[in-house]
Formats: sequence, structure tokens, C-alpha cells
Amino acid sequence: MTWEEMVPLLGQATWETVQMVFWSTLFTVVFGLPLGVALVGTSREGLFPSRVANQLLSLIVNIGRSLPFIILMIAVIPFTRLLVGTTIGLYAAVVPLTIGAVPFFARLVEIALRGVSGDVVQAAHAMGVSRTSIVTKVLLPEAKAALVAGITVTVITLVSYSAMAGVIGAGGLGDLAIRYGYQRFETPLMIATCVVIIILVQLAQSLGDALANRLAARR
Amino acid sequence: MIQAAGLRRTYGDTVALDGVDLHVRQGEIFGVLGQSGAGKSTLLRCVNLLERPDHGTIAVAGQELTTLGERDLRAARQHIGMIHQHFALLSSRTVAGNVAFPLEVMGMGKAERSARVAELLELVGIADKADARPGQLSGGQKQRVGIARALAGNPKVLLADEATSALDPGTTSSILALLKRLNAELGLTILLITHEMNVVKSICDSVAIMSGGAILESGPIRGLLTTPGSRLAAELFPLPAPEPGNVTITFTGAADEPVISHVVRKFDVDVSILGGALEDVAGGSVGRLRVSLAGAETSAALTYLRERGLIVEVAA
Repeated sequence: MTWEEMVPLLGQATWETVQMVFWSTLFTVVFGLPLGVALVGTSREGLFPSRVANQLLSLIVNIGRSLPFIILMIAVIPFTRLLVGTTIGLYAAVVPLTIGAVPFFARLVEIALRGVSGDVVQAAHAMGVSRTSIVTKVLLPEAKAALVAGITVTVITLVSYSAMAGVIGAGGLGDLAIRYGYQRFETPLMIATCVVIIILVQLAQSLGDALANRLAARR
Repeated sequence: MIQAAGLRRTYGDTVALDGVDLHVRQGEIFGVLGQSGAGKSTLLRCVNLLERPDHGTIAVAGQELTTLGERDLRAARQHIGMIHQHFALLSSRTVAGNVAFPLEVMGMGKAERSARVAELLELVGIADKADARPGQLSGGQKQRVGIARALAGNPKVLLADEATSALDPGTTSSILALLKRLNAELGLTILLITHEMNVVKSICDSVAIMSGGAILESGPIRGLLTTPGSRLAAELFPLPAPEPGNVTITFTGAADEPVISHVVRKFDVDVSILGGALEDVAGGSVGRLRVSLAGAETSAALTYLRERGLIVEVAA
């Protein structure tokens, strides 16, 4: 395969991967952030302590975390069809990607929120701040830098998951690597795909680091 | 202003508060002095119910807190200021943002809020740092922000949780001076806990000494110092343990009357000075002298000293 043939294929696949990762990150944050807040909030020393709720949430998260993504992806196919109407293509892939990443991100949110000093939370209580306001005005803003770092790690995980989603015909760089690199022995394309993925990960990490550092520097 | 009765709090087998009564009068600076683990922090946190006592009642400004529901308790807390050992500022907000935080929570409008913030920062002498981040401030400046934030809701009472323990001696004095000034200018009642005698000595009107979850003695400082057997006096003046027959003389006010030389001249006694110290406490000076008296008229000499208004304790 010539370079001229490779470039458009790579360009198209990269764009698909970027879209998949973008949408699945967005949904992961939308669902994972409240889940992480709930994990911390329902814990014994949390703002809304509830043993039952905490253990239930923890169980759900752990189930999500224990299934290898490649199995989870296939297992949720019926749900994907229900939601998107199809099981192939990049929008269909967003469903398993989100389901796979939400529990992971929720744990990262949990770690980030636990990093907020108990002193500050106690001071807010002493000021008569309501528990919901403590979440929105103290915990989340104080954990901003750690949350951004968590999103960065999630984006990178999603880049790798999205490549796996190539197996079920999701499109993107993984799909390209399987169809050309693996099934047609196009080694140069395989290598080029790897390089593009590495560049994507580097970009995500640098951007995330820069943002997290900016937030941290403002302390 | 703060009235607590029968406070008891246990953590598992540990008794943090063992039936504590506390009475802080309006407009005074009340210090709770004790080593770490004495229960003083639990006591302070019980006053605004950050810690709920197992038994006992707490009234602040005439309002009983233990029976309030969550919403009413929150409202009550907005009028009880609190400052913290490690300042507990929000690192994601500027100095002005930190002071504005309680006002935001109270639902004050933006224009009114920024005027009030400016006023508060001016009051604690840190107006020039309004746009700085807490991370850029020194410890003393951070505590000033903490104080401004605590005063936002115009509290009648300020609770200070080891507020100067993380500061160096010079900064400690300046923060104590600020608290004293706020006490005088705003009529602010201050309840502070500390393990530093220096804090009690420099600004407190009254003190409670705590150990093992109980208050050993409490009351106005000058009254305590002139009470025989006072632990406060013993801690304030670390004289060596007296030997039997040694006499400890405590005097308050100006020491301009030469009582010792009078005693020696009037009675047939010899006085040897074993130790002594003079401290400025609660706006006046208090001294302690450890002497031993020898001679035929020792008991007459002691009576004479007592008649002069001195506190005379003879070690058994």
C-alpha cells in the first residue's frame, strides 16, 4: 500500500476515533461525575451517609470494573441496539465505551473528592452551608485539578477502548488496524496506526496536564 | 452568651467530654487551655454542633441548639463565626472569594456582597490582598482571611480552634492583637481553645483548664490566680515544687509596696527568696514569689502579709 493510499484512510479513521472518544468522554463525565459524588457522599464519613446505598453503588461500580472491556462491549450489544438502533458504526460504539468508562471514572472522581481536605468541609459546615452546596461549592471546585487529571486518564483509556471497539465494527483506528494491518498484512499501515494512536494519547495527556497545572497554579 | 451544661461525648471507649459545663459571658474572651487529647477541641466543636454531644445542652446567644432541625441549625451557625488552626480556606477561590463565600450561601446580592467583603478585608487589615489566592499568602495573612470570613455573618460569637498554633510567635501576637481589637470594637464574644499559655495570658479574660475530658478549674483569670492551689497559677509560674514549710506569695496589681523588707524589719524573721516570676495577665501584672521564712515570728509575719492583701500559701 502506498503512502498516498494510506493517508486518507488514516485521516478518516483518526477523525472517527476522535469523535468516538469525544462523545464517550462527554457521556462518561455526565454519568460518572454524579456516580463518583454519590460514592463519596454515601460513605460513612460522607455528607449523606448510607451504608446500603454505598455498598450497592460500590458493587455496581466493581462489576463494571471487573469485566474486561472486550467482553462488556459484546455483552451490551442488545442494549446498544435498543438505544441507538444499530450496533455498528461510531455512534453505536459510544454506548459500550461509556458503560465501560463510567465506573472507572467514578472511582477517579471518588479519589479526587477524597483529596479535598476535611478541614475545608468542616469549615463549610460551621458556616451553615447546606450539604448540597458543600458538594457544588466546596468539593467539586476544590477538586477541579484532580478531576481534570481524572478526565485526562479517562480520555486515554477511551482511546484504547475505542481501538478495541474496532472488533465490533465501530470504525476508527482500531477498525483500520484490524482490517488492513491484521487481515491484509499491511504492516506499514499497522505501524502508522500505532503512531497516530501514540500521538493522540500524547496530545490528550499534554492538554490535560497543562489544564490541571493551570488550575493547580491558581491555588 | 454561651451556656453549655452536662456535655458528654464518647468515641467508642474513649470519653472525650465527661460532663462539662461551660459559661462564657457576653463580650469576654474565654480561653480553654489543655494538652492535646484533653477534650478541648471536642468541646469547641460541640458549641456549634459540628460534633453532637451524647448528653447535655448548648445555648448560644440564648438559643438552644441541640433541639434545632437541620435548617434552623444552619441558620444559627451562620451567626456563629469559627476560625481554624489550618485556616481551612478554599484554595480554588481568591481572598475576596473566600470572604464572599458565607455571604453567597446566605443569599446576599452581588453588589451588597462585594461592599461587605471590602469592608471585612479592611477590618482585618488585608484589603490589598483581595485578589490573591490563599496559596500566595503567609500563615498570618491566611488567618486574617479566616477571621474576615468568620465575621461575614455579623456573629456575636467567634469560636477559635487553635487559631494561632500553626503560626510563628510574632505572627501569633499580631493575630491575638487583632482578636483583642475585634473583641473591644465589635463587642465580639470569643471562645478559643489553645495549648499555649501565652495565648491565655495575652488576651483572655477568663479561662478553663481542661484535662481528661473535664474542666479542672474555670473562671476569670485574676480570680483564679489569687485562689490558693490554683492550677492556672502553677502553670503560669513554673516554680519548682515547694518543700515543706516553703511559702508562696501571689500578688496582683502594682508591686510598689516593699512588703518583704517591711516584714523583715517589723518581725524577727529571715527571708530567703527561692524563686519568683512576674507576668502580665489579663491587663494587669501578677507575681509569684517562693520564699522560706525562718525565725520566731514567722506566723505573725505571714498574718501580716495576708493582711496586706497578698495570697500566702504555706506548703505542707
